[in-house]
Amino acid sequence: MPTVTPKKSIGTKFPKETYLWWYEQMLLMRRFEERAGQLYIQQKIRGFCHLYIGQEAVAAGAETALKKTDRVITAYRDHAHPIVRGMHPKFVMAELFGKATGCSKGKGGSMHMFSKEFNFFGGHGIVGGQIPLGAGIAFADKYNGNDSVTLCLMGDGAVRQGALHEAFNMAMTWKLPVIYIIENNNYAMGTSVERTSNVHDLYKLGAAYDMPSFQVDGMRCETVHEAVSSAAERARKGNGPTLLEVKTYRYRGHSMSDPGTYRSKDEVEQYKKLDPIEQVLEAMKQNKWIDDKGVETMESKVKMLVEESVKFAEESPFPDVSEIYHDVYTQTDYPYIKD
Amino acid sequence: MKTIQFREALREAMTEEMRRDERVFLMGEEVAEYNGAYKVSQGMLAEFGAKRVIDTPIAELGFTGIGVGAAMNGLRPIIEFMTFNFSLVAIDQIINSASKMLNMSGGQFPVPIVFRGATGSAGQLGAQHSNSFDSWYANCPGLKVVVPSNPADAKGLLKSAIRDNDPVIFMESEQMYGDKGEVPEGEYLIPIGVADIKRVGSDVTIVSFGKIIKEVYKAADELAKENISAEVIDLRSIRPIDYATVIESVKKTNRLVVVEEAWPLAAISSEIAYYVQKNAFDYLDAPIRRVNSEDVPLSYASTLVEPALPNAGKVIRAVKDVLYLS
Repeated sequence: MPTVTPKKSIGTKFPKETYLWWYEQMLLMRRFEERAGQLYIQQKIRGFCHLYIGQEAVAAGAETALKKTDRVITAYRDHAHPIVRGMHPKFVMAELFGKATGCSKGKGGSMHMFSKEFNFFGGHGIVGGQIPLGAGIAFADKYNGNDSVTLCLMGDGAVRQGALHEAFNMAMTWKLPVIYIIENNNYAMGTSVERTSNVHDLYKLGAAYDMPSFQVDGMRCETVHEAVSSAAERARKGNGPTLLEVKTYRYRGHSMSDPGTYRSKDEVEQYKKLDPIEQVLEAMKQNKWIDDKGVETMESKVKMLVEESVKFAEESPFPDVSEIYHDVYTQTDYPYIKD
Repeated sequence: MKTIQFREALREAMTEEMRRDERVFLMGEEVAEYNGAYKVSQGMLAEFGAKRVIDTPIAELGFTGIGVGAAMNGLRPIIEFMTFNFSLVAIDQIINSASKMLNMSGGQFPVPIVFRGATGSAGQLGAQHSNSFDSWYANCPGLKVVVPSNPADAKGLLKSAIRDNDPVIFMESEQMYGDKGEVPEGEYLIPIGVADIKRVGSDVTIVSFGKIIKEVYKAADELAKENISAEVIDLRSIRPIDYATVIESVKKTNRLVVVEEAWPLAAISSEIAYYVQKNAFDYLDAPIRRVNSEDVPLSYASTLVEPALPNAGKVIRAVKDVLYLS
């Protein structure tokens, strides 16, 4: 199949409500992450912090193709996924602040957001570690005869890990209901895809396991939705996994400490012309589904939500020191060594 | 009581638990059609079918991660490593996923899973097939580590491990699978974290666990001929450790030897020695001694294997040292 180059959208294939939802969700992710970036500089947020800015169409487009009973698991660039699954962003912000009200009780931080309620199986910090976990989550649903599918996301760096190959092989052999998305933003931290292997079209890795594999424009919600939708249908029918290489781009560094010297400003600017939020907005404007006032209303709604989240995080308590000995074991009287 | 082999005790534990709970399944290399590399799972495919007794490709990292993911999503996997030597390619999923998931998720995602298989040396198998990583796993919070030494303990502890809601490392030995022992009839469980006094004695306490305790029994028999009465404590679990039983015994005998197959640095023996000197210093009549494997990889030649491992002779010497009889 031909290589996909991200391009500007043409026309509108989905109902108005879907576009409005994508727009609102992506704007929320964008403003949330911009604010998180500021708060990181102010040292309100510590540790590592990987922002999702530029990649919003992947999370938003995939979510509209999934059911709420489907599962999602990803790597450490994970602030956006619980939000798009339905969690109030204040719980993600509180987690970033390390507060007891955070979605992982302040124990996970930026890289380890979790929500059982919203079927979000976490952000995982060891590159590629979530790939077999995703297969395992899907294994359980198949074992139980559920019709849930698991969406397992990874970056382009993760595809060079051995875990991918072992998990792909078993997921295909056992026809597990899992959808693998490679969020290919072209850089594993500072190392470009081209420098890590002779295979630059990452979807081709699925061929070794006979996994249906496709390349997708990841700057557009429509294309992501369509690809995930077909993959979910395949999985629900019992036909097993799909690999989607979703071509996307992050505007910011790998993490907050990355000056981005490995790529040109021009490259970043070229991608910004394909901005996923702008593309959805343009489509809506063409259809006169939104006017400038509507945009303003949306912007202010999202801004309020983000500020409410910051206020909630600021005002929430840090975990009590006694929490150190909670959630290590389910056994409540585990005899920890204390001396 | 009935007399069965160690491997049969393990099979009974898994079979009983799989009959009891649909969520329990067994996954690993050669567990199904081959009936187990060491015949532990013999007949289980026939009873439970391919859905619940699952052969994997040789891909420990992958199937360990799949097990952890399945546990996060409500199942209760038993993951068999043919031996724990091969668990090292999967250790990322054991440590970074299984042991930390409950904590990282603020209590939302428990990982009820058992990783089981053989540990330690088993004849002249060379350096890569003779590792005792017991203390490595015991070092990691979030895991529980069980190393039984006889069929009855193995069965009761494995059943507890399968019912445990936390991840359990369960270590066996190729050199124990054929061991026969008495096992209670009917259902029973042995709690994780409780040591067992295998022999009552008064002159010296010998703490050990796993198959190497067989060398301790030999030593105790020899010592008895010289009227030296050794109390033998089988830890059975090395995370958590039942320190109280050890301390109580040391307060009685005033002398302690720890016998362990793993290498000496940062071993269970070091931990026991620390704990006892801290908490029973005034009761000790001699420095604590330990018998571990030599601080080298295990070679192939028989002349290099035997002297590198703990054995009854070394245990006897250590006991005589703490009794000032040497």
